[in-house]
Amino acid sequence: MNTNHFILLSLCLFFIGFFGVLVRRNILIILMSVELMLNAVNIAFIAYGRELQAMGGQIAVFFIITVAAAESAVGLGLLIALYRNLKSVSTESIQYLKQ
Amino acid sequence: MSSPEIFFYVFSALAVAFSLLVVLSKSPIHSAFSLVLVFFCVAADYVLMGAHLVATLQILVYAGAVMVLFIFVIMLLNADVENVNITKNTKFQLFSGVLCLILLAMFVWGVLNGTTSPNKGIFTQEKIDALGGNTKSLSEILFSDYILPFELTSVLLLVGIIGTVSLAKRKLEETESKK
Repeated sequence: MNTNHFILLSLCLFFIGFFGVLVRRNILIILMSVELMLNAVNIAFIAYGRELQAMGGQIAVFFIITVAAAESAVGLGLLIALYRNLKSVSTESIQYLKQ
Repeated sequence: MSSPEIFFYVFSALAVAFSLLVVLSKSPIHSAFSLVLVFFCVAADYVLMGAHLVATLQILVYAGAVMVLFIFVIMLLNADVENVNITKNTKFQLFSGVLCLILLAMFVWGVLNGTTSPNKGIFTQEKIDALGGNTKSLSEILFSDYILPFELTSVLLLVGIIGTVSLAKRKLEETESKK
């Protein structure tokens, strides 16, 4: 249960979230995969903070959780405003810039 | 295997399994609930690493507020439909899967063959216990060394609230035109 185990867990979660952002077409699931990636980075911060015996890792996670909550609120507000015009949550219907 | 190690393997395996469910589920509600379970497993891992305040905040803020917001939005937009799904282009799915596996292998190699700094800080487990526990030492640092990011985060949250409300509310002309 040393640092490397936690970093491996963080990498697995990060790349599963990354796969989700690439492959899924539902905007809500893309936003959820972004939250998954943020959580993976949080685990890495705390693992290295524990290894380097510094509190900076936990402070960083404190702020990342706050900013991620604000960012997901704004992102969902944007999605609601977009849904009023598109009536769909698929990324394939966002084609306003297409000729 | 000692008991913290057993808990670590159990909660890590659960976290990876639920995150796969998040990414591969057909229904957004299944993804949302699997993500809540991922957050709980990650909070358990935080406790194993000795970060008690952050684990509690994770459950309160992430699982308790952010995911409730997601589930409300899924309910409002009636997004629980089956036809918005994983992209049908299977070549792209395969390419992304292979890309993620290659990047994962690269990072794993880098982590296993890399070193961290030999300059360690002062917060060993004994010093944290002597200072009164994880929450006390974390909050002492938060309000002394990191007070500027703390205040800026409060401004950020205010801006986020104002921005979200102004984005998501209906325009005034729509309701007045009905009169």
